[in-house]
Amino acid sequence: MATTTATVPEQETYLNAGYGIKSWLFTKDHKRIAILYLITITFFFLVGGTFAGMIRLNLLTPRGALVSAETYNKLFTMHGVIMIFFFLIPSIPATLGNFLLPMMVGARDLAFPRINLLSWYLLVAAGLFAIFAMLAGGVDTGWTFYTPYSTSYSNTWVIATAMGIFIAGFSSILTGLNFIVTVHRMRAPGMTWFRMPLFVWAHYATALIQVLGTPVLAVTLLLIFCERVFHIGIFDPSLGGDPILFQHLFWFYSHPAVYIMILPAMGVISELISTFSRKPIFGYSFVAFSSMAIAVFGFLVWGHHLFVSGQSFYAGLAFSFLSYFVAIPSAIKVFNWTATLYKGSISFETPMLYAFGFIGLFTIGGLTGLFVACLGIDVHVHDTYFVIAHFHYIMVGGAIMAYLGGLHFWWPKITGRMYPEGWAKLSALVIFLGFNLTFFPQFILGYLGMPRRYYAYPPEFQVLHVLSTAGATVLGVGYLIPVVYFLWSLKYGPVAGANPWRATGLEWKTTSPPPLHNFDRTPVVTTGAYDYSTVIGEGAHVG
Amino acid sequence: MASQVHQVHEETAALREQFDTAAQQRDASTLGMWVFLITEIMFFGGMFLLYTVYNHLYSDVFALASHSLNEVIGGVNTAVLLCSSFTMVLAIRSAQLGRRKSVMMFLVMTMLLGMAFLVIKGFEWAQKFQEHHVPGPSFHLAGTAMQGHAQLFFSLYFAMTGLHALHMVVGCGIVAFLLFQTWRGKFTAEYFTPLDIGGLYWHFVDIIWIFLFPLFYLIDRSKG
Repeated sequence: MATTTATVPEQETYLNAGYGIKSWLFTKDHKRIAILYLITITFFFLVGGTFAGMIRLNLLTPRGALVSAETYNKLFTMHGVIMIFFFLIPSIPATLGNFLLPMMVGARDLAFPRINLLSWYLLVAAGLFAIFAMLAGGVDTGWTFYTPYSTSYSNTWVIATAMGIFIAGFSSILTGLNFIVTVHRMRAPGMTWFRMPLFVWAHYATALIQVLGTPVLAVTLLLIFCERVFHIGIFDPSLGGDPILFQHLFWFYSHPAVYIMILPAMGVISELISTFSRKPIFGYSFVAFSSMAIAVFGFLVWGHHLFVSGQSFYAGLAFSFLSYFVAIPSAIKVFNWTATLYKGSISFETPMLYAFGFIGLFTIGGLTGLFVACLGIDVHVHDTYFVIAHFHYIMVGGAIMAYLGGLHFWWPKITGRMYPEGWAKLSALVIFLGFNLTFFPQFILGYLGMPRRYYAYPPEFQVLHVLSTAGATVLGVGYLIPVVYFLWSLKYGPVAGANPWRATGLEWKTTSPPPLHNFDRTPVVTTGAYDYSTVIGEGAHVG
Repeated sequence: MASQVHQVHEETAALREQFDTAAQQRDASTLGMWVFLITEIMFFGGMFLLYTVYNHLYSDVFALASHSLNEVIGGVNTAVLLCSSFTMVLAIRSAQLGRRKSVMMFLVMTMLLGMAFLVIKGFEWAQKFQEHHVPGPSFHLAGTAMQGHAQLFFSLYFAMTGLHALHMVVGCGIVAFLLFQTWRGKFTAEYFTPLDIGGLYWHFVDIIWIFLFPLFYLIDRSKG
């Protein structure tokens, strides 16, 4: 250890507080658990990404270039299951949130460190179920598990996959529970609610959705399990059961789940925009409350997934109307971020590039969301690539952009090392271009009538599909570059000071990497978040 | 000012290192249990929603099927559970007064009552098997042509009471753990948070039954 720290005196950090595999697998330190999550979800991202790559390769030619129709069904199902439940939902909260939330509120740890570790083990156990299902032969129901196909007809590994998601749900619930209690009960002296960073507000709102929504998915999957094992018939039309009830229950969680993915991303973006324009966020309380509003409205819009499923016309009207409502708090955020930039002293480090990418792509994703929230247009584009493109702009263009931006931003805090700025800027650019090349053609494809989940298509769609596959290749390369230079930086990156970005926030007031209990003394907070007059330029930005 | 607000970590055996004070730890633990119970409400809520929809759609068959359940046994079981909640409260009251032996006595009584509930429930289920009221190929409920709808009633009955019984089993495990901790002298009149939040969970499981009992046993008894 002493060899790598020739330039800095040996300090006590969470990384050298213990050595060996046991000190990691039995750790109760939220920072180490965040690293465990980081490694786990990176693995799942690579798995899910491989499935995506195979999907795109198969769609190179109109009759399917790579796999059979049955295999294709399994590929898109497992791509969705892995990416949603094992990557996107834990992504920002379980890694960055886990690492930063206690520090941002000035606490030594989350309220329940052992439950925090348990939640990681649950995710790993859940992942083993999912991987078992994949290796044993896969599952082909789509990540939505619609009945009666999933209960009566599919001959694939539905139960193992559903159990995996069921267990992953408990992991998510426990993370949310921990965050809620930590925000309520663990704030440092002087850290009032309206002095909290917007990252914390966003995670609080996310935690509410995790706690309120996930149990409904859990019970729904449990019923799928009971249907397949005991044939209890709750969703079976031949007994008088209603398959559409399954869709209601499923989307009651799975629509708010979109906000589990995007709200933490918005929290990250608030921190990035403020830091790199050196201004407090314009309309702080509006941005804070818009997170809460998104969490609340998010629970009232699930029916827009059922416009063509046979729900009543009046329900469709109400859900369409309510769906437009979600645009308001989302737009408030985008407007306030751009207003923050106004007359700011903006610099263009990598995290800020990701933040700009997020704002642009999220806006496109959000506006096309209004298209599909509109009853008439949705009938035309429902279950087409238009919808695929729309939600990938939110989840990949939004959530993953913010995740990567946040990872670059807090990398020096997490590891004590800077990443190589030149390579990072290059990869941000590659990812942005690759992403748009992949998904923009899909808007056109969908509008022209290309349905989702089809492994073959009419020849006139081939040019757009080839463009999309080419973009996916670029995007894949873009994602691999950071994996390489992040690993490289662990040993060779320039040593980062405590606060390389001259950012506000309690996490920057402690050393990098932070000591075991985050702060030598519990900090006392006297100002709101984003008060740049108090930041002393220390350890000026390297690289 | 700063040093006045700044609280030092109180060093006691029961206080975990992430908390500053015992009061903070107690508040956090209690809030954590309440949040967990909210997730439980949502968990059972999904099933209550299904019950509501199907009871609305097939109310006649549901009322008929309800009559096949024995409301006296159900009522006795309700009383058993209410008594167990009462002994749980007495256990916590004894903990407040620092009476370790009576805490243990009341916890044992709580657990025995919980087990009595499960045993009675088990006999009820066994009877349903004999009466062909368990959903499946040999299901038959006399008095209606709508066998599918009747099966839905019993599917919901077994799923919801089964899930409730599973929570009772977990609850008995929790009470056994609390009993063990009390026996080891872990709790004092100042510190008995695990008893408190264990009690919250026990009462919650009781309340679920308080809803299940009328929904399944007491539909439209006036016409019976």
